[in-house]
Amino acid sequence: MLFDFSKNHFELFGLAPAFHVDVGRLDQAYREIQTLVHPDKFAHLGDQEKRLSMQWATHANEAYQTLKKPLSRARYLLHLHGVDTQEESNTAMPAEFLMAQMEWREAIMEAKEAQDISDMEQLHNRLRSEMREQHQELGRLLDEKADYQGASGLVRKLKFMEKLGEEIDTALEMMEA
Amino acid sequence: MALLQIAEPGMSAAPHQHRLAVGIDLGTTNSLVATVRSALAVVLNDENGRSLLPSVVRYRADGVDVGCHAVHAQATDPQNTIVSVKRFMGRGLPDIADAAHMPYHFVDEPGMVQISTVAGVKSPVEISAEILKVLRQRAEKSLGGELVGAVITVPAYFDDAQRQATKDAARLAGINVLRLLNEPTAAAVAYGLDNGSEGVFAVFDLGGGTFDISILKLSRGVFEVLSTNGDSALGGDDFDHRIYCWILEQAGLSGLNHKDVRLLQSHARAAKEVLTEHEEAAITAVLSTGETVDLTLNTEVFASITKSLVSKTLAPTRKALRDAGLTVEEVKGVVMVGGSTRMPIIQHAVGEFFAQEPLNNLDPDKVVALGAAIQANVLAGNRSEDDWLLLDVIPLSLGLETMGGLVEKVVMRNSTIPVARAQEFTTYKDGQTAMSIHVVQGERELVSDCRSLAKFELRGIPPMVAGAARIRVTFQVDADGLLSVMAREQSTGVESSVTVKPSYGLSDEQITQMLQASHTHAKDDMLARALQEARVEGGRLIEAVEAALEEDAHLLKEGESDKIAARIDALHEAIKGDDHRLVTQALEALNHATESFAARRMDASVNKALTGQKLEELEN
Repeated sequence: MLFDFSKNHFELFGLAPAFHVDVGRLDQAYREIQTLVHPDKFAHLGDQEKRLSMQWATHANEAYQTLKKPLSRARYLLHLHGVDTQEESNTAMPAEFLMAQMEWREAIMEAKEAQDISDMEQLHNRLRSEMREQHQELGRLLDEKADYQGASGLVRKLKFMEKLGEEIDTALEMMEA
Repeated sequence: MALLQIAEPGMSAAPHQHRLAVGIDLGTTNSLVATVRSALAVVLNDENGRSLLPSVVRYRADGVDVGCHAVHAQATDPQNTIVSVKRFMGRGLPDIADAAHMPYHFVDEPGMVQISTVAGVKSPVEISAEILKVLRQRAEKSLGGELVGAVITVPAYFDDAQRQATKDAARLAGINVLRLLNEPTAAAVAYGLDNGSEGVFAVFDLGGGTFDISILKLSRGVFEVLSTNGDSALGGDDFDHRIYCWILEQAGLSGLNHKDVRLLQSHARAAKEVLTEHEEAAITAVLSTGETVDLTLNTEVFASITKSLVSKTLAPTRKALRDAGLTVEEVKGVVMVGGSTRMPIIQHAVGEFFAQEPLNNLDPDKVVALGAAIQANVLAGNRSEDDWLLLDVIPLSLGLETMGGLVEKVVMRNSTIPVARAQEFTTYKDGQTAMSIHVVQGERELVSDCRSLAKFELRGIPPMVAGAARIRVTFQVDADGLLSVMAREQSTGVESSVTVKPSYGLSDEQITQMLQASHTHAKDDMLARALQEARVEGGRLIEAVEAALEEDAHLLKEGESDKIAARIDALHEAIKGDDHRLVTQALEALNHATESFAARRMDASVNKALTGQKLEELEN
């Protein structure tokens, strides 16, 4: 490949590699790059330019999406530090966390059975706010304490919570249908 | 060559030459073509001053009628007069809900349904191409030249098969597709550029046969689609159908012939339109049996018989908002698009849902075509003063069938395009040497509940124990929202790839055959056209390369300059000749010679942009 895709995603957007990113700057840098490389700028040109442009625009989208979402940003940052988050292989979780998970699932089941949309929406909002708190913690672990193992464990927890979120959203969709 | 536009955004390769490009709204009920003339987007009319072309095609034994002529034949020749063909695009017979009530002779073909007419069996792609041909002719006549290309709009919620079918239809009509553009996004462009709006907007687009809801963020020249949802089989037609069923019920009719069915259907539509302005609509008709229908439909009854259709638009609207991570309060404005949004019940429901008056200041029938024209003008390389960027998404997740008929999602819905995602799979039996790859689209967990897009096989996997082979499947969705899939066994490099077409799309060969069958002097015409196109393309490439060389000569490597110059000369020579294949060959050779130079320029320009940004930060 001719392009310099070797730059990491933070470098691509001119950002320091950290969990706390200036979202405004990320958005702006992303848009500036897309303004240059997006296939719409190459639509009247030859196939080769179109292909190059699609590769670049795809790459910019991938990098942006990775950095935009806190969980994938943390995962990517850990990857840059050579830490594997072991989300598939390491399923050991503190008992307390597992208990909380069970409670969440029960609450979702109950709201599902009662077909209660507002209950389900409340669960959705509560989960979001809990996840936001965990993102703060993730920032502390990564940017202040450089505790990559701790951060890695938290990423695994958040992955569980994200799955809960998906379940809630699917249930909401089914209820609304 | 693109890169000159990177360095000089205000300059086009040929500043004096305006390239003729149009936007086409290929609608379920009506179609339109628009262009940008003297910096103003305008809809092009036919010789009688009509802008809307009814999307109706009538086949006769010795010809085809499109538009108004065909509309008149609806009641007299229903079998050969196809209305709302958009509903059949990329669809199989089982997908068409009320096929039994339609007057057509459907032919159940694998992939896409076909219709048997007096002029032979026709696919929805061919029927749509007839509509597009008329629009293309209208545009070329009105603009006085051949089109460089067109932006064709599609419902945002169209899946891959429906998009591919639309693109095939355009190719069949001899149109170079600059881009497939989502209808709500096109509307947002027309609306946003007109009003200089900033903030989050919802585009509520209810057409004749399709419904889309898109949530967009507009900010300083960027139109970013945050989420989209909809129903590609819900539109004004369904409201007509409810009225039609009500007429049958009220008048105690059944077992009507096709002509009477069409007659009452058009009365149903007329009644719906009357109710937009009035409280009541009279429905009077004399059937071929001599029976008379004399009914009055009021707004209250209309609201009650269509209540479930209205709520079918609100559920996707809720989903789109949730996918965008937004609440109703964060939406600054709701833009209404599509003729069906004229219905007061829709206006009312949308107003209530968003707790604000919807915006109706652009003609809902024309806004999509106008937005498409504005975008076509930019894509054709006619640079306007201000530049903007459209970031659109795919409407439905893409995935693969795994063991047990389950779907593994690879690209999630609402991903910004272009997007690529790779996933690794493995074999499940010892010594397995082939793997079948089944690509599906949809949100459901079971393969059987999703749309099957393509099946292909990766063969020649070296025999290994189960789970040892590593097969990497890569999905690439381009800026038209079209998917291609590649599979590769990692340890040996055995490859197989497919642009997702086999199930629903047409092969290049089929398109060529159809083109040939449709022209009397097919071969000569095609050769002449191919030569003409190759010459234009060649000329354009030379201009672009020369401009790039002038600007960025310092990026050339040793010997590159001579090589490029030689290939430019060769292309000049080929253009003078009359063999389009030689022109194409020379063109590819030049393209090849400039490949790494082009890449270096792109890297340099991206770097330059980022360096500029860092300087700004320092200043702040």
